[in-house]
Amino acid sequence: MAAGAVLPLAGVPLAIKDNMCVIGTRTTCASKILGDWVAPYTATAVERLLRAGALPLGKTNLDEFAMGSSCENSALATTHNPWDPTRVPGGSSGGSAAAVAAGEAVIALGSDTGGSIREPAAFCGVVGFKPTYGRVSRYGLIAFASSLDQIGPLSKSVEDAALVYDLMAGKDPCDATTVDRPVEATLGGFPKDLAGLRVGIVRDFALDRLEPDVRAVYEAAYGDLQRLGADLVEVALPTADYGVATYYLIAPAECSSNLARFDGMRYGLRAEGADVLETYERTRAAGFGNEVKRRILIGTHALSSGYYDAYYVRAQKARTLIAADFARAFEACDVIACPAAASPAFEFNAKSDPLAMYLMDYYTIPMSLAGVPSLSVPCGYVTPQGSDKPLPLGLELTAPLFAERLLIGVARAYESGTQHAAHRVPPVLEASAR
Amino acid sequence: MAEIDVAYVARLARIALTSEEVVQFGGQLEALLDHVAQLEALPTADVAATAAVIPSSNVMRDDVPVPSLARETVLSQAPRRQGNYFQVPRIITEE
Repeated sequence: MAAGAVLPLAGVPLAIKDNMCVIGTRTTCASKILGDWVAPYTATAVERLLRAGALPLGKTNLDEFAMGSSCENSALATTHNPWDPTRVPGGSSGGSAAAVAAGEAVIALGSDTGGSIREPAAFCGVVGFKPTYGRVSRYGLIAFASSLDQIGPLSKSVEDAALVYDLMAGKDPCDATTVDRPVEATLGGFPKDLAGLRVGIVRDFALDRLEPDVRAVYEAAYGDLQRLGADLVEVALPTADYGVATYYLIAPAECSSNLARFDGMRYGLRAEGADVLETYERTRAAGFGNEVKRRILIGTHALSSGYYDAYYVRAQKARTLIAADFARAFEACDVIACPAAASPAFEFNAKSDPLAMYLMDYYTIPMSLAGVPSLSVPCGYVTPQGSDKPLPLGLELTAPLFAERLLIGVARAYESGTQHAAHRVPPVLEASAR
Repeated sequence: MAEIDVAYVARLARIALTSEEVVQFGGQLEALLDHVAQLEALPTADVAATAAVIPSSNVMRDDVPVPSLARETVLSQAPRRQGNYFQVPRIITEE
C-alpha cells in the first residue's frame, strides 16, 4: 500500500463465495471434484476489491457449482440461517448471505445465475445485488451457465452494495463478455424520496398466491413505496410464468458444456478406470453430487440430437419473449417491485423434490433471463406458526439494462424510508451483544 | 408424459450411474420435462432465439504475446504427471 493512497475499502473484511478464485487458496465450488485444487490466479472482481484495500476473510459455502437455492447441495459443509439455525440460508450464495447477516463479514461476494444472490439475501435479511449481465467481469469465477452468471455484492446496506459495485464494474480484457461502456457510479447523490417515480407492480405476480402473513408484508412494502412518493402502476410480464421452464433448459444446457472440463486429467479428483472412458465416468460419478448430475443430464438431453430444437432452441426463443416483456414493461414504469421469494427461509430437507426447489426461484429467474439489474432489500419479517423466531423477507427491485444508478437510488430511498434492516438483528448477534 | 433415456444420456455425459440412480434420476428428470412442456404453449414459431441478452461478437485483442501461467504452476496440480507432461490414460487402442 502506497503512503497517502486513498483506499475506499481499507481494512474492510470481505467474504468470497467459494466459486471465485483467490491465488494460493483452495477454491472448491463446494464440490468433491475439485479436490484440493488451489487457484493459480485471482478473479478480477476480487482483485479489484483487494486493490481497494479489502481484507479477504475467507471463502463461503455454496450449493455445489452454485446449483441450488438452499446451500443443501454443498458437498463440503452445512450453512445455517442466522435468524433460525433450523432453516437454510438460501442459495446458492448462502454462505455469503449468512456471513454478512451474522456480522462475520462486512461485505461478501456472491454470484447469481437465476437468483443465487437475491434469494439468500432475502432469506438472511441482507442486501443482495445482481448487476446487469456483462457489467462485472467473471474472469476467475468458475462457470455454471455463462449466458446468465453475474457477480454481485451482499451487504448490510444499499450504500455498501453501491460502493462495492462501483469498484468492481467495468470492462475487463480477460472477460470478453464484459460490456465496453462507461460505468455510471451508483454511490452518492442518493434521492431522498421516490417522488415522481413510476414503480411497476407485476399483474402476473398476484400476491394472493402467497401465505397471508407474507402477503401482508409485501402489501405494506408497496404501500411504503407509495408513501415515499412513488406512483404504483400495473405492468404485465405475461411470459414470466414460463421463466422456470425456460431457465431449467438453458442453464443445464450451458452447465453440461461448462462442466465437461472436469474430467480428472489436469487437476482435481481422478478415479482410475480400465480405460480413458471409464476413468472419465468414474471420476465424474465420484466427484459430482446428485444435483449437479441431474443438471448435466438434463442439459445433455436438451442438447442431444433429436431434442435440440424441441428443448434448447425453444427455450432460447422463450427467453426472447421474456426479455421483450421486460422492455415493454419498462415503457410504462421506471423500476419493477415484487417479492424476492414466495416464502421466508424454509427448514432443512423441506424441498426434497427437485422441482419444488427450482420453483423457489420463480421471482428471480425472469430477471436473470432478461439480463436486467435486480436486487433484494429487506422489507419486513414474518414469524412462522409455532416459532418465536422472526424471519426476514426481501423486496426485489428491478431496473432496465444498465440502470444500476437508478436501481440503487430507489433501493436506498426505500431502505432509509423504512428501516427494516435496522429494526432487528439476527438472534446470533443479540446473543453476542449480551 | 415425457421420456428420457437416462442410461444413454449418462453415457453421453460421461457419468457412471448405478441402476438405482438411473431409476431415481429418470423419475425426477421426467417430472422436470413435464414441467418444461408448458413452453409448447408459447407462440415461438416466428421468434428469434436469444443466446445472450447483451449481444457481442468477435471480441479481439492485439496479437501480442502476454505472460501466462508458469508450466510448473499448471502441472503441479495434475492427478498424475510424468516430468513436464500430464499423464493420462491411453486413448489409442490396437484393432
